[in-house]
Amino acid sequence: MDNLCILIVDDSSVMRKIVERSLRQAGLGISQVVEAGNGAEALTAVEQNKIDLVLCDINMPVMDGLEFVKQLSTVEKAKGVPVVMITTEGSEGHVVQALSAGARGYIRKPFTADQVKEHVLPVLGGKQ
Amino acid sequence: MTTANSSMHPALGRECWLPTLQLAIQEVFDLMLASPLEIPSVPPAVEGLDITSMVGLAGQLCGVLTLRCSATSAARMASRMLGTPPEKAGTHMWDAVGEICNMVAGNFKNKIAGLGDGCMLSVPTVITGADYNLHSMVDLEIQTVLLFEGEPIVLSLEVHG
Repeated sequence: MDNLCILIVDDSSVMRKIVERSLRQAGLGISQVVEAGNGAEALTAVEQNKIDLVLCDINMPVMDGLEFVKQLSTVEKAKGVPVVMITTEGSEGHVVQALSAGARGYIRKPFTADQVKEHVLPVLGGKQ
Repeated sequence: MTTANSSMHPALGRECWLPTLQLAIQEVFDLMLASPLEIPSVPPAVEGLDITSMVGLAGQLCGVLTLRCSATSAARMASRMLGTPPEKAGTHMWDAVGEICNMVAGNFKNKIAGLGDGCMLSVPTVITGADYNLHSMVDLEIQTVLLFEGEPIVLSLEVHG
């Protein structure tokens, strides 16, 4: 499967574009990119689209990334959809919290396209 | 909530904070903008810096990190991040400068031993215009001027307590 639908969640529109560009540079076959500015918008986006992969910031207004990941685990439609956090919060505690909440990967900002590739490809498994 | 032990308290090693701050912003510009920053040998004039981005820090380290630059520099930063011409940066310049300040704050605190979990960051605030005064209870201020594509940007860390 290479027609991936990617959900990018970040309150910065500039950062959403950078993440999308990095994913394309990583060679992912992307057919659609859905953007959300916070966790609440992201939950709505998940209901309205068939998402294959989520990349999500942590510090966001309205609903932060950790709460989003927790709530996502209760959404039937999102079962098995991998989430990779991509955030300035780089402490071990935040990584543990994110992975415990259900995230499958963790990328610290600032990042390179190679780092995105390194963390995203493994969680896609056979989808890529 | 866990707390760092005294040997890792962020108050220790403050003499290292200036080079750590400089490294933090240089890494952000290297990786996210593909544009190395220069540390000038002679401090340049810093007039006309009418874009200010601020990120608050709370917890073991309380204060504010401030990044100031000109609108021209802000547009160039957005241009580099988005891959579009500077003249098309528009309102993205504010978002770009805010996100850069956020990444510098995060990168800085992650480099200070014991601070990562004990310090929270606010979402960035961006101010346009230079006719303002910022009043905060500052016990320590670290400031550095760097050159981005030949233009000055000022990075300040004001610490309370």
